[in-house]
Amino acid sequence: MGRYVVRRLLQMIPVFIGATLLIFLMVNVMGDPIAGLCGERQCDPATAAQLKKEFGLDKPVWQQYLTYMGNVFTGDFGTAFNGQKVTELMSTAFPVTIRLTIVAIIFEIVIGITLGVITGLKRGRPVDTSVLLLTLVVISVPTFVTGLLLQLLLGVEWGWIKPSVSPDANFGELIVPGLVLASVSLAYVTRLTRTSIAENRRSDYVRTAIAKGLPRRRVIVRHLLRNSLIPVITFIGTDIGALMGGAIVTERIFNIHGVGFQLYQGILRQNTQTVVGFVTVLVLVFLVANLLVDLLYAVLDPRIRYA
Amino acid sequence: MPEPFESEGAISGAGMGGAMDLAVAEGQTLETAPGGPDGTGPAGRPRSLWSDAWRDLRRNPVFIISALVILFLVVISLWPSLIASGNPLKCDLAKAQEGSQPGHPFGYDGQGCDVYTRTVYGARKSVTVGVCATLGVALLGSVLGGLAGFFGGFWDSLLSRITDIFFAIPVVLGGLVLLSVVTSNTVWPVIGFMVLLGWPQISRIARGSVITAKQNDYVQAARALGASNSRILLRHIAPNAIAPVIVVATIALGTYIALEATLSYLGVGLKPPTVSWGIDISAASPYIRNAPHMLLWPAGALAVTVLAFIMLGDAVRDALDPKLRS
Repeated sequence: MGRYVVRRLLQMIPVFIGATLLIFLMVNVMGDPIAGLCGERQCDPATAAQLKKEFGLDKPVWQQYLTYMGNVFTGDFGTAFNGQKVTELMSTAFPVTIRLTIVAIIFEIVIGITLGVITGLKRGRPVDTSVLLLTLVVISVPTFVTGLLLQLLLGVEWGWIKPSVSPDANFGELIVPGLVLASVSLAYVTRLTRTSIAENRRSDYVRTAIAKGLPRRRVIVRHLLRNSLIPVITFIGTDIGALMGGAIVTERIFNIHGVGFQLYQGILRQNTQTVVGFVTVLVLVFLVANLLVDLLYAVLDPRIRYA
Repeated sequence: MPEPFESEGAISGAGMGGAMDLAVAEGQTLETAPGGPDGTGPAGRPRSLWSDAWRDLRRNPVFIISALVILFLVVISLWPSLIASGNPLKCDLAKAQEGSQPGHPFGYDGQGCDVYTRTVYGARKSVTVGVCATLGVALLGSVLGGLAGFFGGFWDSLLSRITDIFFAIPVVLGGLVLLSVVTSNTVWPVIGFMVLLGWPQISRIARGSVITAKQNDYVQAARALGASNSRILLRHIAPNAIAPVIVVATIALGTYIALEATLSYLGVGLKPPTVSWGIDISAASPYIRNAPHMLLWPAGALAVTVLAFIMLGDAVRDALDPKLRS
């Protein structure tokens, strides 16, 4: 197990370097960050040169990248051009997005898996068909449309929630945005659980468990569900990174000041340090989540042993 | 005489995020079509996986409905004037935000343009982006993934690592960063971006599928008979490994259309005066309270389009995957 973890951690290094380098290059293509700093006016060439020197932008890209990564590993994510430390922005933005993601994941687990189990056990019945159709509709309607519609209905027409979230963004306010963020993945989790349950229901160990005379509930929860959840957990695990990165749209609709908001601002203002810093952390979250998922495998499926 | 298809292309690999991978996410496999004596058609000829699938599809109402919707969309994106006589760019500010009127069933948008005409004309960009992005992704992904799977070794490992890197970057975020500099008014930057970030998904599937097909006896037989690599790849492996790619690509087509609208909503996709659903939804969202019709019509059209492609992909998967039949 220990060796496996070490090997996986080593494998993460090239992916991490590649992904951050890619983002670094993309952001560099994004345009002259100094131009964004001077606002609407054209920069005075001398000031521009001075600023470039100050931020180390006169060096070649690869050197900038190395310096940047060196700083990141000492905990210095640089300074946004408005003088705020990027780490400071992160410390206000990440808790909000993490809360949002937690709400979304809870929705995925509770609703997604429940619906998946019900439809998987009642395959071909009306419940199954209607839930399946519903998931297709949810997948087809883009998140921003779902979000805008829910905001209109719940927030404006019926007044159940506040249409936009306060800067505190506590859990209560994030329920509807969390549902919006989760919606598409929720549909996938449902379909995935359904397929998995339906496939495993015909397996030998389930027949044995039933033949032993175990109560139906126990067969489903202890035998069927435990084995069927393996692909679902992979999906939810990889989804953590996607949810945090995909929160841009949801956060924009509900005016949540999280990671997506900061990234959007950073991109609009061509604030390279903010963008690269946030994306670096998101990539790390994605990689670590994937590793944890693989380790969870061994817990769920005793057949898998990591040497 | 074509050999009976024995496709065992397992769709493998957990797809990250992007709503792109219905087939992958469900971890299903495309299993062997019944070959040999059981798979002979009425005329006594062996039925291939494809003719089997086609027989199934013709009887599947979901397939027929979604195919008809898509046909309709393609026709109106080629000739929008067939059903909308107006000009989508001819607007009358005096009529801004007005509701439904005779001759203008969907009402007017914030600039006083006819929402019906704009919704009809918006189909063209969505369909163009979806089809071109899917073709690009499928071509690039299956060639790279197929070659890597076939030859293995160093290039295969390299490709797998590159795929991992691309999976680690959130799609919408990459779009915001890359497309925020683009000032061009055409669909090509958006398509290029989708191909750039989309190909790893297909390449992973194509790779797995080629690796499975490669181990089949007929490939060994062809090799023993002295067939060249290119002949083995094109004649024996490609036809047997392509099914999972087609399934995922069809579903991805729908999600690319949704992605284009999302990017346009964020202001980095297509840009006005291009007529597109995403742009119209984005423009309508501030007025959602007073004039929801401005948002609902293009959003509805978008949803129906995406739904049609996803259902088509779903139906094709069911047809190509006999294992799922109960």
